[in-house]
Amino acid sequence: MSLWHKHAIFEKNSIVLIIGILIVIAIGGLVEIVPLFYLKNTIEKVEGVRPYSPLELAGRNIYVREGCYLCHSQMIRPLRDEVERYGHYSLAAESIYDRPFQWGSKRTGPDLARVGGKYSDDWHRDHLYDPRSVVPGSVMPAYGFLRETDLDYQNIAQDLKVQALLGVPYTAADIENATKDVVTQSTTDSPDAADLAKRYSKIQARDFDGNPNRVSEADALIAYLQLLGTQVDFKLYDDKANIR
Amino acid sequence: MADEHKDIDAVTGTATTGHDWDGIRELNTPLPRWWLWSFYACIIWAVGYWVVYPAWPLLTNSTQGITGWHARSAVVADLDALKAQRGPMVDKLNNASVAEIAKDPQLTDFARAVGRPAFADNCAPCHGAGGGGTKGYPNLNDDDWLWGGTLAAIEQTIRHGARSGDKDDHEGNMPAFGRDGILKAPQISAVADYVRSLSGLSTEPGIDLGIGKKVFADNCALCHGPDGKGNRELGAPNLTDKIWLYASDKETIMEGIRNGRGAVMPAWNGRLNESTIKALTVYVYSLGGGEK
Repeated sequence: MSLWHKHAIFEKNSIVLIIGILIVIAIGGLVEIVPLFYLKNTIEKVEGVRPYSPLELAGRNIYVREGCYLCHSQMIRPLRDEVERYGHYSLAAESIYDRPFQWGSKRTGPDLARVGGKYSDDWHRDHLYDPRSVVPGSVMPAYGFLRETDLDYQNIAQDLKVQALLGVPYTAADIENATKDVVTQSTTDSPDAADLAKRYSKIQARDFDGNPNRVSEADALIAYLQLLGTQVDFKLYDDKANIR
Repeated sequence: MADEHKDIDAVTGTATTGHDWDGIRELNTPLPRWWLWSFYACIIWAVGYWVVYPAWPLLTNSTQGITGWHARSAVVADLDALKAQRGPMVDKLNNASVAEIAKDPQLTDFARAVGRPAFADNCAPCHGAGGGGTKGYPNLNDDDWLWGGTLAAIEQTIRHGARSGDKDDHEGNMPAFGRDGILKAPQISAVADYVRSLSGLSTEPGIDLGIGKKVFADNCALCHGPDGKGNRELGAPNLTDKIWLYASDKETIMEGIRNGRGAVMPAWNGRLNESTIKALTVYVYSLGGGEK
């Protein structure tokens, strides 16, 4: 009986077939996935990247909930045209705390990896509530309800805990103060802002939605958008030293 | 191998797999030769790819490929090539002040050509595709400037923004007179009518503009000037012309007095490079309203 006929063993025993499939897929995984955890040219630590503050994390959850990723990517590829338009190409380390990541190349709308600080909060409000009021040719849907919906942040500490379980370095103080931090960051000139800034470097704290009376979903989403791409100081980043 | 099954299907004349399910047999039609050879060619191509480009993971790094190609060095090289292609004009932009650029017609043309697409990408979302502005975002085509329309003033505004948090930004907010309890509702209504009267707009019939005038002198004149002509140091708009940043209707004016205004223009220093900022300055200056 030639080797070819031994194939019948797999075809006639489902358990053997399943074990065979697992072994073959495991080899694929070992070769393609495992090296990413130790190869030095796939791992890069970068100064400045910090975990999301509770308000930013809540904003990120809204971003994911509303499916913003269906039209907007957050990944500037190392290609001339993209770098010319959007700024420095994205580093893997910039999405180290992203679960799930927001990479992609399908852009019905522009890439948002470096949108933080590019526009004012006013603009984000106008644009989210009625995109065509500021960009006449836009095909983006209006998200007017964000300003009328209170942010549900009572359980945000749990959210931080889960992130911490996954390896995001939140401190006990971060988790303990999570609910309070949401209010502090969405308030202009809050007395607790200094404490917040100690735990989250370069944090922007102000009333993002222009309504000091409530913490709305717009507060969270704009806080998140204004953070995107602002953590790494590319004046200090050496392109050539990081070609590995 | 497959040739061992000499069981030929009578109808098609094609070999079968030799499997038999209750009398049903499966044809073993050979793959088209062109497909098979394309497949083999792809495998050979892949081997060539391993040699030329980074490919297999090793213990500490991956194979680098004989060409030394790297996505990051490739983009650096592309950008260097672009710089070389744009040539010495960009260097001139980098080295000249905006005033010098404006004096040199050739450099001005170049700056405008660079500035137009930069404006479309970075400025148009707020100021409109042609710089026409919209409610809350100033029109850059006219000669009515909040922070000044000279080359130096425009450059300053682009670099540092307004209320952007940059240490050299333009500061100055319209206070929330209503929300913070500085003015009462009748006073706000009266002063809104007075402000409308400054530019010849209609006021509510039978109203005493004197009340509004007094409120204006006590609260608004400090920034907007006693005659309402504004103050560029503070970005306080001229209230006597027909140009309105928000709108001229009484409700919008009262909204501003109640809740204050303080629109933010981001600072572009650092985000945009030197030549782009200077090109944008010249471009905006040339839109029509540039001041000497």
